[in-house]
Order: sequence, then C-alpha cells, then structure tokens
Amino acid sequence: MEEEKRKNDVLEEVTSSEYKYGFVTDIETEHAPKGLNEDIIRYISAKKNEPEWMLEFRLKAYRHWLTLEEPDWALVDYPKIDFNDIIYYAAPKKKKELESLDQVDPELIDTFNKLGISLEEQKRLSGVAVDAVIDSVSVKTTFQDTLAKHDIIFCAMSEAVQNHPELVRKHLASVVPYTDNYYAALNTAVFSDGSFCYIPKGVRCPVELSTYFRINAANTGQFERTLIVAEEGSYVSYLEGCTAPQRDENQLHAAIVEIVAMADAEVKYSTVQNWYPGNKEGKGGIYNFVTKRGICKGDRSKISWTQVETGSAVTWKYPSCILKGDDSIGEFYSVAVTNNFQQADTGTKMIHLGKNSKSTIISKGISAGKSNNTYRGLVQISKKAENSRNFSQCDSLLLGDQCGAHTFPYINTSNETSIVEHEATTSKISEDQLFYCQQRGVDTEKAIGLIVNGYAKEVLNKLPMEFAVEAQKLLAITLEGSVG
Amino acid sequence: MLLNIKDLHVSIGGKEILKGFNLGVNKGEVHAIMGPNGTGKSTLAAAITGREGYEVEKGTIEYKGEIINDQAPDERANNGIFLSFQYPVEIPGVSMTNFMRTALNAQREHQGLDPVPASEFLKLMEANKKLVDIHSKLTNRSVNEGFSGGEKKKNEIFQMAMLQPQLAVLDETDSGLDIDALKVVARGVNALRSENNGFVVITHYQRLLDYIVPDFVHVMYDGRIVKSGTKGLAHELEEKGYDWITQQLDYKTV
Repeated sequence: MEEEKRKNDVLEEVTSSEYKYGFVTDIETEHAPKGLNEDIIRYISAKKNEPEWMLEFRLKAYRHWLTLEEPDWALVDYPKIDFNDIIYYAAPKKKKELESLDQVDPELIDTFNKLGISLEEQKRLSGVAVDAVIDSVSVKTTFQDTLAKHDIIFCAMSEAVQNHPELVRKHLASVVPYTDNYYAALNTAVFSDGSFCYIPKGVRCPVELSTYFRINAANTGQFERTLIVAEEGSYVSYLEGCTAPQRDENQLHAAIVEIVAMADAEVKYSTVQNWYPGNKEGKGGIYNFVTKRGICKGDRSKISWTQVETGSAVTWKYPSCILKGDDSIGEFYSVAVTNNFQQADTGTKMIHLGKNSKSTIISKGISAGKSNNTYRGLVQISKKAENSRNFSQCDSLLLGDQCGAHTFPYINTSNETSIVEHEATTSKISEDQLFYCQQRGVDTEKAIGLIVNGYAKEVLNKLPMEFAVEAQKLLAITLEGSVG
Repeated sequence: MLLNIKDLHVSIGGKEILKGFNLGVNKGEVHAIMGPNGTGKSTLAAAITGREGYEVEKGTIEYKGEIINDQAPDERANNGIFLSFQYPVEIPGVSMTNFMRTALNAQREHQGLDPVPASEFLKLMEANKKLVDIHSKLTNRSVNEGFSGGEKKKNEIFQMAMLQPQLAVLDETDSGLDIDALKVVARGVNALRSENNGFVVITHYQRLLDYIVPDFVHVMYDGRIVKSGTKGLAHELEEKGYDWITQQLDYKTV
C-alpha cells in the first residue's frame, strides 16, 4: 500500500544517513609489503625495535595460527578472507620524534578535527587523556603530566614494551592467550600498536582515558592490542572510539583488549564503535573481529563493559568477564545497531569462578534495513562459585520487515546455590507509537529517534558524558533529559 | 468555521466505515458524538487527525478554512488539532517530561518560535499537573508506562492543557474511568474551554456529558449522523437507549 511504502521510505531515510567519517587523509605512510609470513612478523618486530622475547612470542602465535581454521559458527556471512592480500603494517611517516602536538603532522591534526576530537581541545576542556592510533601506530598520547603525577602509565603499547617490559611480560596475553581463538592468534602475531594503561595501587585515575583508532591506509588491516592493568583498590574509566574511511573493499580489524583488575579495583570500559559499515548496497566496510576480555582477579573487583556498536560491515565481538575473585562483579551493557546489509554477532561471556560473584547483562539490539543482529552470550557458573548471581536481559527492536534479530543465550550452571535469570523480548516500533508521537506534533523522523533513544536508554545512561552525547547523535536521536 | 466536514467517506482496508459524514464545529462550541459501538466514532477521530490507513474516498475535511485531507498527522497537530486517545500508547524509556518538551518544541518550531526556556517549561508543567491532579512522580516515568487506566486518561488531558489546541477530539475519554477520575478529567476540559477553541467529544454514555455540557449532541449510526439536537437528546438517549433510533433507521432501510 501507498502508506506502507511511504513509512518504509521514511524509516529508510532515518536509518540510512550517510557515514560522516568516510574521508581519507593524505598522509605519507610507510608500509610493509602485502602478505603474511615470518619475515613480515620479523619486519614488524624490528620496526618496533622489540626485544627478542617479544619476537619469539609473536612467532609462536603465528605458528599456532597456521594450524587453526577460521571460525564459522557466528551468524554472519562474508567471503573468505585472503590473509595474504592484506598489509599488516602501515604507519604515518615520522620525520622525527614528537615532543608536543605542534610537531604532529598538520594533516593528522586535521584528521582529528574532522573526527570531532581536536586533541588540543580535548586536552584542555574535557580533561580526557587521549591516545590516538592511526593505522598501525600510536601517534600521540596527551595529558602525560597529569597522569605522571599519579604514577599512572598510559602510553602506546610499543612504548610500553620498551619502557615497562616487566609489566608487559607479566600481563600481556594473561587474559587472552594466543591459543584462545583464530583472531587472537593472528593479532598476537602481527599486532602493531595499541594502548597500555597501568593504574597503581590505590590510585583513582583523575581523568577518563581514551583511545581513538583510525584505519586510514588502503588494503591495510588494523591489529591493535590494548592492555589495562588496575592494581589493588584502583579505578579507571577507559573510552574507545573508532572510525575508518569509506572504501569499496573490506578491511580487517582484529583487535585484542585485555583487562586485569586486582582486589577492590574497578575498570569501566566504554566503546563507541563506528567503523565504516559499507555502503547501502553492502559494498565495503570493516570486518570487526575483536576479542575483549577482562579478569576480575582479586576479591571485590569489578569490570564493566559498555558498548555502542553502530559501525562495521561484520561484527564478531564478545566482551567478557572472568569473575575469579570472590564478590567480584561483571557488567555488560550493549546497544548494537545494524542497518542496510550490516551483520553483527555480539554479546558477552560471564564466567563465574569466585563465590558471591555477580554479573549483569543488558543487551539492546536494533536492526533496520536488510541487516542481521545477533545476541550471543554465555553465563557459566562453576562448581565453586557459590551464591553467584546473573541477570540477563536481551531485547531486540526491529525497524521495518526485512531485517533479522536473533538471540542465543547459553547458560551453564554447575552450582545449585546460584541464581541465573534471563529475560528476552523482541518488538517492533509500532504504528501506534509512531502515530501517538505524530499526533503530538513530532514528525516521523524525530519520533523514531525518540523511541529508539528510549529503548536504548538503560545502556546509554551507563556511558560517560562525553561519549553519551556522541552515541545519542549516532543513533539519530534528539537529546533527552536536559530538563527534569 | 473551525471544523467543517462535508460528505466524508472513509474506508479501512477497502471497507467503507464513514458513509457521508457531515459536521460543522464553530469556535467556542462543544459537540458530543454519541452512538452504539461499531458505528465509526473512532474512525472519525482517526480521519480528523490523519491517521495512516484511513483512506478518505470522498468528501472534505476543512479546518480553519483549509482542506486538510492530505495533511500529515504531525502537521495537523502543529496546526492545533489534538486527539485524546481512547487507548494511550506506552513509549518505554521516554520520560513524560522529555516527550512533552519535544512535542511543545515541535509546535513552537512550526510557529517560528525558539524552544521553550527550561524554567518556563517547568512552570507550565507544574501548573497543568495540578489542573488534572497528576502526581509529580508520573511525569518522571516513561510515557504511559505503568500508568493506571485513570492516570492514562488524565495524562491525555494534561497533554492537551500543555499544547493548548484549537480543536480537541476526545475519543471515549470516559471509558474505564471511575466517577472521581471522570470529574477530574471534566474539570480539566472545562478549564480549557474558551471562545477560541472547539471540542468534539466522542462518547458511548451520557454520563460524561453531565460534567462536560455540550452545545450540540449528534447521534451516529452506520457511518453518518442520523440525529442532532441539544443536550436534551443525550438524556433522551439515556432513557430510551440507542435502539430507539437505530430500529427506526433499520426499519427504513429494509
């Protein structure tokens, strides 16, 4: 019917706004030749001036990777990746060591401005310490002085390998071993940079730490690695954002994030994932195959993942918590939006090992266009995890009638004193809701924004202020709550 | 004339519901539309407000001198047409406060005005909440979520008070209300009655009209108005029932 068509047109218009970050920056890069072999790994390691143990570690991972098969259990469909057709190392050419922002390539600064993250401004106004990773290397970490005062280490992973080898050796791959999965092995072999963050005992990090990831060069994969260590009684809130240029070919992003929280430590990790999702016909876009895991190692420690996933052509990502300490807490709050031909298979794993450990999972999937959105989650309660609790809520919202929403909750309980609760709903934006808003003078576009915002509110509220704003904009949403 | 409906035929999914409906409402007037279930009363409300799926096959809806047959629902709303819903919809996660502010600002934008300043908005909210005995707590909750039947209806009148429409259509606002809530709702409506606006009050029962006294009463049957009169007609209907009218009509058409 005519109306039906018009409504679908509006839905499409609202949900298919153009990708804003699709520009390419003309920065001179140096890069490795295409392909993956031991020489490439040696090349990367040499570029980073790495110690022998690191190279050995990479090679071990690579040899293991060769024995593995690409996983195919996720509910996503994409052509086989030719791992020899990828450039594994690309870096903006450095003229010399950078001492201050003034020395950063003006093209780079321009890129950051386009991204809406003027490093200068961020530095001054919001008090967020930013580490920016372009392609394979970390370009600039801000706010060092403030952090140094508290003995907080926040630097590029490659710097950490040089300057804090004992910490890196102790914790790297302690949460995600290279044997964990296909992409973890690949990342371990070829990772080029990322952020390292160390919060000493009893320190409450006074600023939000933030990393911006940007793939710029063509035919390049991005394999960053982030490691956060929170010592006893410390606290840190960490933000991660990412964008990429608009390109017709698919690009691979296979990252690892590891978090270690000691007794009474708390780590809050927030992501706004906005990699290029491909065009409206499903051409191009990032393959986002990421392993994120944290361990609540000490008693009463807490790790909280919040993610707003709007980008990437294909997403395969399960930020997880190993709740080893007694009374430890794991949280996962997620909004995943898929549109056009995007596919997302995302969720979490909560592994309860410690007594009285608690976990909360709130997942909100929003699918539009011809996309597919899957929640996949595991709640595992081990024998010793007495009186553990989990609460999971997985909601799916459908816009239009050509998209899919799927939920795969796995629950595995070996302890009778534990309580696991799971709730799931699937809903459509109803015509009744839309008409109700319209009858109050709100046009369809704003009405959809309002309804979607309301639907995702529980998760958006968990984001730090700076990110919440960006996330709300990303969801094509009018601002809520500045009154009352 | 504020609202002038002429020979209106409206169908839903190919089935004709309104079959030559006529109604004229002047500013300052309250018209009650009564009639048995299934005669097209709610279809009338939907047609006036431009709801999707209600096809105008023939005839015109004229509002403030302009034919609005093809106007979008939000445009009609911003031009001053308000519907108090028979079944108000829940919108989870969207607070009443935010919803109201969005609606009010949409109206103001339409009028070329700046968004309402926060302090003014809050004052307006407080004043209108009092008008219909709405708890402050309710406006912090999500739109209609967890509201009782009575609260939902009060909330409709509250929104009407906030948006100050020129033409308000009340669709079965009395259904599911106890007598106390009915009085509150009626008080709200009466406070908003003025020389500048008009009301179309759709109801099945005469009861509401004891509290919202209409200038005219129309009886609807099978998609059109079959009898019009003053408030006395409502009382007559109460005594004799709808059969009194419908039997005469059915007899005629047989």
